[in-house]
Amino acid sequence: MAVRVQREVFDAAAEVQALVGGRTDVGSVVTFTGLVRGDAGGRALRSLTLEHYPDMTEAELLRIEAEARERFGLAGSLVSPHRQAAFDAAAFLMDYLKSRAPFWKKEAFEDGTETWVDARETDAAALGRWGVPVTQK
Amino acid sequence: MNAVSSVTTKDKAVQATATAGQRLTLRYFAWVREKVGRAEEVVDVPGDVATIGDLVGWLVARGPEYEAAFARPGVVRAALDHVHVKPGASLAGAREIAFFPPVTGG
Repeated sequence: MAVRVQREVFDAAAEVQALVGGRTDVGSVVTFTGLVRGDAGGRALRSLTLEHYPDMTEAELLRIEAEARERFGLAGSLVSPHRQAAFDAAAFLMDYLKSRAPFWKKEAFEDGTETWVDARETDAAALGRWGVPVTQK
Repeated sequence: MNAVSSVTTKDKAVQATATAGQRLTLRYFAWVREKVGRAEEVVDVPGDVATIGDLVGWLVARGPEYEAAFARPGVVRAALDHVHVKPGASLAGAREIAFFPPVTGG
């Protein structure tokens, strides 16, 4: 799995093709695409800004990937011969990403106000169900 | 005589290491960055600043902007050389410490 954080628009179908093209051992691919909703808490959103810590993001995403490989027995890339491992690995990666990867969202509203999004307890709890100790208090 | 002076020299060396402190790069993100008023700085901390928690205490004493950033106890998170750590983590050998709110990505 390649780990990339980029500003540029990407083509999800092309990314999948790059992973599975030419391979016959892959039986399933699960992808997740997050989209920015038009409102937050009932207020119209003008923009969403994502701040991150580049050096740590890369290190943390590689740790997340290594952890997923070990747990779900994935080799070579994060694609799987069977669908259950693919679904589980995708859910695990997203839970891990949301509670560990150093990203912070700032919402700007149509009324001119801006706020940093609060961390949700549910994200840490979701990671907890994988038996992962949540290092963030 | 020789032995005694050798011991004395060694003790002095140990003492010098213990009080010399260290140079750290500090990085701040999201609202911690906004409250501190900068994204990054290099600081020389005294030798008695041994843990992340000590460092927070030392920073808070430097001025109101740090006091504001660390006002809510236990909210601000830390990473030591790109790894999440708890307040008790030792600064021994550390180069870069980052402070930030709980993450909200994904």
